[in-house]
Amino acid sequence: MGTATTIGVALAAQKPDSALGGDRLYLAYEAREVVHDLTIRIPTGRITVIVGANACGKSTLLRALARLLKPRSGTVYLDGTDIHRLPTKEIATKVGILPQSPTAPEGLTVADLVARGRYPHQRWFQQWSREDEAAVDEAMRLTRLEALAGRPVDELSGGQRQRAWIAMALAQGTSTLLLDEPTTYLDMAHQVEVLDLLADLNTRRGRTVVLVLHDLNQACRYAHHLVASPRDASRPRVLRARS
Amino acid sequence: MTQLLVDALESDRPVRRTAFVVRLNRPGVSARFDRRSVLVSLGLLVVIVAALVAGVSIGVFPIPLSDVVPGILGVGSDDATFIVQNLRLPRALTGLMVGAAFGLSGAIFQTLARNPLASPDIIGVTAGASLAAVAAIVLAGASTGAIAGAAFAGGLGATLAVYALAYRRGVTGYRMVLVGVGLTAVGSSLTSWLLTKANLYDAQEAAIWLTGSLNNQGWEHVVPVGLALAVLIPATALLAPHLRCLQLGDDTAHGLGVKVETYRLSLLAAGVALASMATASAGPVAFVALIGPQIAKRLCRASGIALVPAALTGAALVLIADLIGRQLFAPTTLPVGVITAVVGAPFLLWLLAQANRSGREG
Amino acid sequence: MSPTAERVRRAATVRRESGGLLRTPAARYGGLLVAVAVLLVAVLASLLLGSRTLPIGDTLNALLHGDRGSTTGLIVWGLRWPRTLIGIFVGSALGASGALMQGVTRNPLADPGILGVNAGAAFAVVLAIYVFGITTLSIYVGFAFVGAAVASVVVYALGAMGRDGASPVKLALAGTAVSALLVALTSAILLVDLATLDRYRFWVVGSLAGRDLGVLWQVLPFLGAGLLVGFASARSLNVLGLGDDVAKALGAKVGTARLVSALAVVLLTGSAVAAAGPIGFVGLTIPHVARALVGTDYRWIHGVLRAPRADVAPGSRHDRPAGGPARRGAGRGGDGGDWRAVLHRPDPTPATGRAVRARPPAGATPHGGTA
Repeated sequence: MGTATTIGVALAAQKPDSALGGDRLYLAYEAREVVHDLTIRIPTGRITVIVGANACGKSTLLRALARLLKPRSGTVYLDGTDIHRLPTKEIATKVGILPQSPTAPEGLTVADLVARGRYPHQRWFQQWSREDEAAVDEAMRLTRLEALAGRPVDELSGGQRQRAWIAMALAQGTSTLLLDEPTTYLDMAHQVEVLDLLADLNTRRGRTVVLVLHDLNQACRYAHHLVASPRDASRPRVLRARS
Repeated sequence: MTQLLVDALESDRPVRRTAFVVRLNRPGVSARFDRRSVLVSLGLLVVIVAALVAGVSIGVFPIPLSDVVPGILGVGSDDATFIVQNLRLPRALTGLMVGAAFGLSGAIFQTLARNPLASPDIIGVTAGASLAAVAAIVLAGASTGAIAGAAFAGGLGATLAVYALAYRRGVTGYRMVLVGVGLTAVGSSLTSWLLTKANLYDAQEAAIWLTGSLNNQGWEHVVPVGLALAVLIPATALLAPHLRCLQLGDDTAHGLGVKVETYRLSLLAAGVALASMATASAGPVAFVALIGPQIAKRLCRASGIALVPAALTGAALVLIADLIGRQLFAPTTLPVGVITAVVGAPFLLWLLAQANRSGREG
Repeated sequence: MSPTAERVRRAATVRRESGGLLRTPAARYGGLLVAVAVLLVAVLASLLLGSRTLPIGDTLNALLHGDRGSTTGLIVWGLRWPRTLIGIFVGSALGASGALMQGVTRNPLADPGILGVNAGAAFAVVLAIYVFGITTLSIYVGFAFVGAAVASVVVYALGAMGRDGASPVKLALAGTAVSALLVALTSAILLVDLATLDRYRFWVVGSLAGRDLGVLWQVLPFLGAGLLVGFASARSLNVLGLGDDVAKALGAKVGTARLVSALAVVLLTGSAVAAAGPIGFVGLTIPHVARALVGTDYRWIHGVLRAPRADVAPGSRHDRPAGGPARRGAGRGGDGGDWRAVLHRPDPTPATGRAVRARPPAGATPHGGTA
């Protein structure tokens, strides 16, 4: 991503809240700098989509926002604090992430996968509280996976599998969901299935959703805010779109 | 007001598998156990007790079943008590604990590496531990405690070596296996060379030990393994929830709030310690760490990790193998490692064939 | 340019500069000469040194004039020369086969023992003794060779099952399984039958002592064939090292090349193990030394491998006292920290405690069975 642009300025006019964001981020892998002096605010309660050509830093930005990647310089913050100063379990109760192409271990059932999402709320002596049970039930209901509860995740279709992973993130009970290319490798029908689910979670459940997508058409259809970057590393542009 | 709640939930609640849930409301304690795993574990316990009793009773001097318990407690006849307490019981107990340790260690390694073939006895941990133990015996005439320490150092060294040599932007399962097999070959070469340095008596004893043997297991062997298990089993139990999340991949685990590096290292250390202590006591008993967890997984049809069943299966395997080894060509005793190798090698080949078919190797 | 084409282009460049300490052909031929010189020195040392150091003049005299009468001549021709000769050939065979193994499996840690050759040879010998009651060394040799060959064929076949043929991991695991199984069965027989153990342990020491040249002549044809096949396959091994896909793109027949190299490995290691008993570690380290010197071009590696094997010969510098039985392992032990002693690896199958029970040190607990 390109030279300094304060996206926040463009958004400030609308004044949505923003719990998650980054200030003057420099993100790099070893010697290769991928994101260069970026400031960004993720508006709460909206769907933000990050689009762009390959290798322009979309996933990198998402990972940095999720605290999976430490910025070379600049800060990622959550609720006003530097995210790297917060305990990781605490972050996990506020921000959930679905990485690219997640793999479930062989034989793991849907119910057990979703149950893993309760980890940030559990202690060694409190491994299955009523809240945990309720949250898992709710997550599976929202993603319409009750009938598949006992099936191994690796036996599901692409769309169903992604719904299971989303259910796990839902069970986490976070207000924000970050998803890295959730629709890549899915066929068209399943892509729509997943995106509709996310849209639903946003409109009816108020979740903040940030996605990385390849397809500009889909991005325009589903996003409230678009973060775009062309390959030649000039200024990133922010487009506001209404579906 | 405390309320102990034990549920066996049926599948009309479609959301979860049948499970036992234990929940205390006031102090806020709860746990969930998969029903099938619990039943399998109980079954394995029965098998273990039976094998234990059989192990104490059967032998060159058979001890009638009615004398077994009195013998253990020390109130039976003098003969029975002597044999039971000094020979049979320590041997059986060591076998049980060694098997449990190998089984648990194998489960940890296989889960961390997400590869059933990445078992400590294949990727060189036990080879490193036995090299160090033999070195301690041959070069330094070390005591049991020092041998255990050396074995741990050897196992740890081997693990670090595999990790370092296999690392390339992270350690993928198959590269680790490859490097591990190579290191095992190196380790056993060096061990054999060390044997040439020893005097004849030591060398032959060490040679038997290297196949994995419960010969000459006295109470001095039971204690180190017992202590190690007493520490490592609770430690592993505490780490199990983190392991469940690590199973999902580093990024997902990180996103769930797991301190990935810390817990992975801790689990690795626990796995190495378990395998090394077991090796220090009974030598590198072939394939228990590999097939114990695999059998447990298939028995429980487990969704996810099955640590307790793996440990119990390992214990049962060693006890039964030792029984077979003692009786097959009585009065000659075949080391327990011979039996586990004869059973384990075809199992490994079968696992290899399975991996071939699902195309997950390379 | 497609990814594969790009890799091919880069690979071709790599071949031209295949690295190693000695880069130009001139330096490499020079290096080869030096290696041969080292070999000659080692041969000489092997002849001269031992529990009795022989004077140079007499030794050379005895060699050149075929003098078998004098004391020097007796020692040289009866004892040291056979051993030296066997050492040279066995060492070369093992070094070459190690290099081939590492090329075939693309695993720098591959050791011919991984293919199960040692375990197979040991098992066959034990079978020969236990089932057929054979006591002649030369027949052991035959069995050992067959055992090694069969074991490696089985391992190769098992590793090659499934979709992409004999990948390094599958070979390694198949080798582990088969070796473990054979070692266990061998131990079982040895523990059950004391007489077998008694005869077996003399073969298994893996020493160069007590072998006369007859053993060498027996295996020499196979050894020679193995070296020839090995040299022939060297070129395709270079290509194989780039990965199966790239190799196919370059026109190499991957399956055939691998098979031919594996055949050479079996011939070479089978001969070596049959002649001298299980010897480990040589196959593992020498190819690395060679590679460090001349880089990854397999044709050179084979050339260089002949010379470093000289080290095997001096390792046998410990004569057994005339007329006495070979002391098992003890001769090697006296080598101090000399790494060459590593070459003499006794087979991992254990001896039984029974043999020791006959004369245990005072106070030792009986072991083997339970009370």
